[in-house]
Amino acid sequence: MNRINQKLNQDKKLLSIYFTAGYPNIDDTISIIQNLEQSGVDMIEIGLPFSDPLADGPTIQASSTAALKNGMTTEKLFEQLKDIRKSVSIPLIIMGYFNPVLQYGVEAFCKKCQEIGIDGLILPDLPADVYDEEYKAIFEKYGLINVFLITPQTSEERIRYIDSISNGFIYMVSSASTTGAQSGFGEEQTNYFERISKMNLKNPQIVGFGISNNETFTQATKFTKGAIIGSAFIKYLTANGISNIDKFTKTILKK
Amino acid sequence: MSYNINTKGYYGEFGGAFIPEMLYPNVEELRQNYLKVMAEPSFQEEFHQLLKDYVGRPSPLYFAKRLSEKYNTKVYLKREDLNHTGAHKVNNTIGQILMARRLGKTRIIAETGAGQHGVATATVCALMGLDCIVYMGEIDIARQAPNVARMKMLGAEVRPALSGSRTLKDATNEAIRDWINNPVDTHYIIGSAIGPHPYPDMVTRFQSIISEEIKWQLKEKEGQENPDYVVACIGGGSNAAGTYYHFLDDESVGIIAIEAAGKGIHSGESAATSALGKEGIIHGCKTLLMQTADGQITEPYSISAGLDYPGVGPLHSHLYKSGRGEFYSATDDEAMQAGLELTKLEGIIPAIESSHALAVFKHKTFQPEDIVVISLSGRGDKDLQNYIDYFKL
Ligand SMILES: Cc1ncc(COP(=O)(O)O)c(C=O)c1O
Repeated sequence: MNRINQKLNQDKKLLSIYFTAGYPNIDDTISIIQNLEQSGVDMIEIGLPFSDPLADGPTIQASSTAALKNGMTTEKLFEQLKDIRKSVSIPLIIMGYFNPVLQYGVEAFCKKCQEIGIDGLILPDLPADVYDEEYKAIFEKYGLINVFLITPQTSEERIRYIDSISNGFIYMVSSASTTGAQSGFGEEQTNYFERISKMNLKNPQIVGFGISNNETFTQATKFTKGAIIGSAFIKYLTANGISNIDKFTKTILKK
Repeated sequence: MSYNINTKGYYGEFGGAFIPEMLYPNVEELRQNYLKVMAEPSFQEEFHQLLKDYVGRPSPLYFAKRLSEKYNTKVYLKREDLNHTGAHKVNNTIGQILMARRLGKTRIIAETGAGQHGVATATVCALMGLDCIVYMGEIDIARQAPNVARMKMLGAEVRPALSGSRTLKDATNEAIRDWINNPVDTHYIIGSAIGPHPYPDMVTRFQSIISEEIKWQLKEKEGQENPDYVVACIGGGSNAAGTYYHFLDDESVGIIAIEAAGKGIHSGESAATSALGKEGIIHGCKTLLMQTADGQITEPYSISAGLDYPGVGPLHSHLYKSGRGEFYSATDDEAMQAGLELTKLEGIIPAIESSHALAVFKHKTFQPEDIVVISLSGRGDKDLQNYIDYFKL
């Protein structure tokens, strides 16, 4: 069974953390991943930086620009990750934009992910219908779970469609926004989380965008399986470097 | 072969809508409605009325006698430079503002590079009394001060794009991000035949008034609707798409595209996308674009801010790949010389973008009996300082 599915079967709320590979320094990738796992994080999204990250707010954009300046490339990331499964056992997901994957070759990219032990991909600008028609078979051949996003504006019919072609979890974007845009959740978000949870989808939901502390983590996971933190973690790295990652995780989980 | 868009939003293998889910409802609303709205008689009536009384259409098809003599062929200029606001861009912004109103949108956003599309958008927003926010790269804001001032006077808010390379592609990213954050009340007026489906097709249809007029104007002047060649410069490709549109399926009409070679195709400072680009995804569209081997989008260069885009619209990728279009690129120097030449021979100062189209004569020799229609997409007022600096006038 895919590590993501195993994790989703555990009886607990999941904390997933996003970071941009190549930031703050080009060679931080491995120690960030190891530190996150040791600090009690359940799942990691490794950001493959892109020059034009449309769905991202200023924090992740800036980290992507810096990572590219530091020399991060697809090849380099794969090289860094080649022995990652010797030391890390939690699910690892690569999150990026479709163009770098297309240039690497979709099949070659998926094959490489399988060799390394990557469990899934999140490619926000690969639309569900294109995935379904052109790439689903390739992803499945290499045992990769593709994760789709939904937003408060996504119609019920489309959510059902996305649920039908997903086999891991659904990434619930907390509000109509780019990453990092938000500082707390109101009634509108809570109602949305609850509305989706009542749809009885086959895939559990994990909330992302706008989660930054224990309060928002708790709100987000009341009706869902877990939450993803990105911008807040990048800001933490910017301010503190990579040495005290467990402190960040502790403030989120209040352990 | 068909050169029109198919029902899935592709020209051959190019096009589509590679957008994050956050944009899906906005783009889908437009996709489901744009053809229906455009087909409404009341829409057509209002669109054509404004093109006539506000923009000043039809734009003349002018026989350029002295230019024709110089190159020993028959040259007609399609005078988009005479439109209100000084370029073809306004054909599209009039169409899209009417579309936005029919979809009940109250807030308009746009991206701009040189500021021409920003001015054309701010103009129609003033006309309709709608809020207007124009994203413009921080670097372009500094380079294009007069157009920034015009937009502000027209009541638009000009927001600097501070991310990435701080030019047109980043302004486009910022506009898309704004749309993600404002999915309900906002319409995004894209300025060229780029972006996710249905934008390339919608912009092309609004600009197709150019070739529609060429047909009857040429019939009046030459007794035939079709020229031997239509020529246009390509940034994203909206004036070109409009100039080609009604000739696409008639292979007796040669289609010629001129891109900006900047300091030379292989100088590392160029915007010649068909020569330097590879298939990929930019701003929600599968098309040819300039990128690194790793799939990072690179920054183009041209003396003309309006051609400074790392991709081309999907129609043009298809015309290039299928061989239907002949693609050339003009360097900064060739374009500037061609612009000065038109000024001296015909008394018309062209936009530097349009000067690239006029540089076609540096790359292709026509027969004396050929009828060559060149899209004069804009006037040179905005570029005066550039011409003065270049020629030390
Ligand atoms: C006068 C003029 N021509 C051409 C262009 C290039 O755009 P497109 O390729 O969409 O026609 C611009 C863009 O700003 C312009 O201002």
